[in-house]
Amino acid sequence: MDNVLSIVTFLPALAALMLALFLRGEDAVAQKNAKVVALFATVITFVISLFILFGFDPEDTGFQMVEEADWIMGLKYKMGVDGISVLFVMLTTALMPLAIWSAWDVKVRVKEYMIAFLLLETLMLGVFTALDLVLFYLFFEAGLIPMFLIIGIWGGPNRIYAAFKFFLYTFLGSVLMLIAMIAMYVDAGTTDIVTLLGHEFSHDTITVLGFHIVGGFQTLAFLAFFASFAVKMPMWPVHTWLPDAHVQAPTAGSVILAAILLKMGGYGFLRFSLPMFPYASELLSNFVLWLSVIAIVYASLVALVQEDMKKLIAYSSVAHMGYVTAGIFSFNQQGLDGAIFQMISHGFVSGALFLCVGVIYDRMHTRQIDAFGGLVKNMPAYALVFMFFTMANVGLPGTSGFVGEFLTIIGMFQANTWVALVAATGVIFSASYALWLYRRVVLGDLIKESLKTIKDMNAREKWIFAPLVAMTLVLGVYPSLVTDLIGPSVTALLDNYHAALPMIADAATH
Amino acid sequence: MESIVLFAPLVGAIVAGFGWRVIGEKGAQYLTTGLLFLAAILSWVLFLTHDGQTHHVTILRWIDSGSLSVDWGIRLDRLTTIMLIVVNTVSALVHLYSLGYMAHDENFNDDEPYRARFFAYLSFFTFTMLMLVTADNLLQMFFGWEGVGLASYLLIGFYIKKPSAGAASMKAFIVNRVGDFGFILGMAGLFFMTDSIRLDDVFAQGPALAGTTLHFLWNDWNAANLLAFLLFIGAMGKSAQLFLHTWLPDAMEGPTPVSALIHAATMVTAGVFLVTRMSPIFEYAPQAQMFIVYIGATTAFFAATVGLVQNDIKRVIAYSTCSQLGYMFVAAGVGAYGPAMFHLLTHAFFKAMLFLSAGSVITAMHHEQDMRNYGGLRKKIPFTFWMMIIGTLAITGVGIPFSGEMFGVPIGFAGFLSKDSIIESAYASGIGYAFWMLVIAALFTSFYSWRLIFLTFFGKERGDHHAHEHAHESPLVMLVPIGVLSLGAIFGGMLWYNSFFGDHTKFTEFFGLPHHAEVEMVDGHGEAVVVAEGEEMHAEAHAEGMAPQGAIFVAADNTILDDAHHAPTWVKVSPFIAMLIGLVMAMWFYIWSPSLPKKLAESQPVAYRFLLNKWYFDEIYDALIVRPVLALGRFFWKRGDEGTIDGAINGLAMGIVPFFTRLAGRAQTGFIFTYAFSMVLGIVLLITWMTIGGGAQ
Repeated sequence: MDNVLSIVTFLPALAALMLALFLRGEDAVAQKNAKVVALFATVITFVISLFILFGFDPEDTGFQMVEEADWIMGLKYKMGVDGISVLFVMLTTALMPLAIWSAWDVKVRVKEYMIAFLLLETLMLGVFTALDLVLFYLFFEAGLIPMFLIIGIWGGPNRIYAAFKFFLYTFLGSVLMLIAMIAMYVDAGTTDIVTLLGHEFSHDTITVLGFHIVGGFQTLAFLAFFASFAVKMPMWPVHTWLPDAHVQAPTAGSVILAAILLKMGGYGFLRFSLPMFPYASELLSNFVLWLSVIAIVYASLVALVQEDMKKLIAYSSVAHMGYVTAGIFSFNQQGLDGAIFQMISHGFVSGALFLCVGVIYDRMHTRQIDAFGGLVKNMPAYALVFMFFTMANVGLPGTSGFVGEFLTIIGMFQANTWVALVAATGVIFSASYALWLYRRVVLGDLIKESLKTIKDMNAREKWIFAPLVAMTLVLGVYPSLVTDLIGPSVTALLDNYHAALPMIADAATH
Repeated sequence: MESIVLFAPLVGAIVAGFGWRVIGEKGAQYLTTGLLFLAAILSWVLFLTHDGQTHHVTILRWIDSGSLSVDWGIRLDRLTTIMLIVVNTVSALVHLYSLGYMAHDENFNDDEPYRARFFAYLSFFTFTMLMLVTADNLLQMFFGWEGVGLASYLLIGFYIKKPSAGAASMKAFIVNRVGDFGFILGMAGLFFMTDSIRLDDVFAQGPALAGTTLHFLWNDWNAANLLAFLLFIGAMGKSAQLFLHTWLPDAMEGPTPVSALIHAATMVTAGVFLVTRMSPIFEYAPQAQMFIVYIGATTAFFAATVGLVQNDIKRVIAYSTCSQLGYMFVAAGVGAYGPAMFHLLTHAFFKAMLFLSAGSVITAMHHEQDMRNYGGLRKKIPFTFWMMIIGTLAITGVGIPFSGEMFGVPIGFAGFLSKDSIIESAYASGIGYAFWMLVIAALFTSFYSWRLIFLTFFGKERGDHHAHEHAHESPLVMLVPIGVLSLGAIFGGMLWYNSFFGDHTKFTEFFGLPHHAEVEMVDGHGEAVVVAEGEEMHAEAHAEGMAPQGAIFVAADNTILDDAHHAPTWVKVSPFIAMLIGLVMAMWFYIWSPSLPKKLAESQPVAYRFLLNKWYFDEIYDALIVRPVLALGRFFWKRGDEGTIDGAINGLAMGIVPFFTRLAGRAQTGFIFTYAFSMVLGIVLLITWMTIGGGAQ
């Protein structure tokens, strides 16, 4: 299969097209069909994507399974994966069927809902596989639209505000990125990412309106990309769209948002910022490190006082993404490995946590923490699953949550001990907010009248959690599954990065 | 065999936890108990047949990231085998005891299955504790470290309906996490300095660490001191040392067998184990050691003072545990690792026994835990009474002074030998503060221990008549474990005195140490070479990048054990005298003139309340940490996120928002929906078409 990447990427879109063209009606049968088609398509996509995983050679640090073709107006269509992107592809294809299955009880505009998710999958996969700047931008931006609609149409009461906040934030960041991309094209004469990775962008100080900009082109381009990726991560202080978006989004939307969409930011740093603008990255590393650890502490503190479950988990996501950016900008193997691992792990764990909220939201139609309490009596299976993912979120060794946290702290310590110290306080805070949430929702006596008849998870819900539990445990006990895949590519990235720096330093002295 | 010891409890936990519906609650209880006895017996075999050498067993790769490479593995040396018998013996007996103790529980309705869950948790705890003590690298130790934390959290909060249990379990986990914060930084620092967190690699770098500085935060620190200090913060959390001790008394919310196993005998001693395990680093970190000594001595004193006035029988024993842990840390801090481990071992036996006996009393009194409602129970529950007496004789350190010279081994209960060895070591270290704090604490220990006995078993019956009338001895399944532990409390000290402390040759052989001074040392090529001076010997061994031989490391200039043996007579007899004074005071207060305590409390209200409220640590932490943190969280949320950041953004978007609101109105009509979809579909179609077209060319 020479074009397995394209097949995997566009298969969901094809299914969406079929749904749009051929499925008519709003009755139960049509709804059922829409869901079955979507589930089937995502499962097939996952199965085919396994060929990518098993066909991938970790020792080869270049791009693999590359597809290249001419496109309109002299643009190129180019796709490929390396050790940094391959796992994001797998994460996406693995989580989509679970998200679709979790939306089984949706009653409103089911067909459109499924179409939105299928398109979203194509666009997300495209982001991780695109090797052309224009292509990447298209996927990156277009991905906004289905998510915007998922929140805006199937969301909660305040969905319009949340959807627009989400859209505005991310869109404004992206405009700057587009400008930078155009500048890069002008400078390098190509939009091919592989070529751009080898291109040396100028870092000579330039003067704009009387301001001296150290690092010149690199700094400006870095900042432009940063604006976009920082919003996506989201980093403090541009994170405030995330809690609102999560609270208003339907469960499946939250799952995908937290598990995959947020990872685009981290992926962008690794694909563009570090390798293409090493000088600017180094120059601004302390700035990013500090933003990251501020996010860890700030978001954790805010999470402590939340009254809405989804908001709490959303802020916890912000804190966890702080480890990712801090790990990346530590510029060492443990930091980068840990950052990628943390993103993969967070995909499973935060996805599962939002599903946990979804389970009781479906029953009680509220996310207020104080509406619950004592659920363990009637929902022992739920209590167990929720406990498991709470602990994974806290970063208990043996779960995947620990590995990323630990590796990034190891990485940070080598870069800046203050940053490591502040980041390490996260282990105290995460235990505090996560256990407090768990205690208020699950523990205690079941005294609230409204909860007396609440039912435990049904078979479908249990089966959705099963693979997530398995992955969280497997990656926690045997993380080499991931680090073996990403290791060589990360090493290569770092080697290039460090090789670029002394040359730049030499050039700067002349 | 090591693998069976390690994984038998895990198998039990999984089968009991998930399969009890199949094998039944009874089946789950018997299975976990049986597997634990198997593990315990094999542990004893390992302990008794151990040759003093260090063995490594690798199980599975774990984390590989650049030069960081960590495996799941087992390190089997003397230290491990000591911990194996402690953990598995106490755990097996506690499992057995729990068959009786947990048979009926008023915290659960009859239709609620809780027993299998309890046994699964107990076995899971045992597994993680074993992972901790068998770890061959710091990260696996941390896995066990956090695993026991989780098990402790689950078991403290076992009575899920009780709000106080939920609060206590959370507090335990979070306070422990404060310690873990130090542990993680310590690991990160060790990796930074030595490029490894495998124990052998780290140990080999001990002298190198002592000679280098590490820039941490604002200053350059001596690497060995800093890293030892950071690791010790972890130990402080787990072992409930001063400032991080507040969770331990609250942890008594858990069922009593849990208190015996986790919060007396095993988990809380993990910190002492850590310091002893890391002795090749701590020996090169004099300032960190000094810190440990002062924290340990102060904790021993502080906890003993609080123990004097507590009325809850379990809390008295909990503070006693806290205090005894302080003793162990003093020993570990002055470099007397033998006595530290010795006391850990004997304390495990007599403290587990005291807790289990207390559980027997509590059962007899219908779950009444307030000693003010006890009294005169020695006739009603004679076996428990005698067992408790044995435990008290052991903890207060009753024995025959100076009998060591006559018999080769001092004659006395376990605590007499182990505690005195610590006090002598403290004196030998020359740190007067530590010595005097420990002697005073010994006096208090005696007082509160006998106070517990007198209040519970002597005097008039107080409190609920009904409870006293129905007070009855516990079933055999609960009494047998207590009886077995009493053997350890009586003979444990005399049996191993020489190996841990008394006899230099036996000590070095026991821990597999190279013989100090004038003795041979195997060099890198496997040939026996004679090295003149101890100091140089170590330097050379380290120059070759080798970890020091043996389960613990005793630096060449560390002569604390010999010095302790030569302590003056008055030092050697001082804990015994302190014990006697405590006993007499307790008899005076609670037998001869029982009205005296009340009068004293009334005449010294400030001091009394200060002690009763545990020096106000909880209140101070609440005011200084918990409340400000929550307030800060609220401030960030309301003023930061909603006020400043969103405020700025909304302001920016002021012009745009009305426009979007109009659009939003249309979104609901479906206009935007169709538009956006056709746009996305269009892009996608275009790209698809290009792919197929491109592929065809």
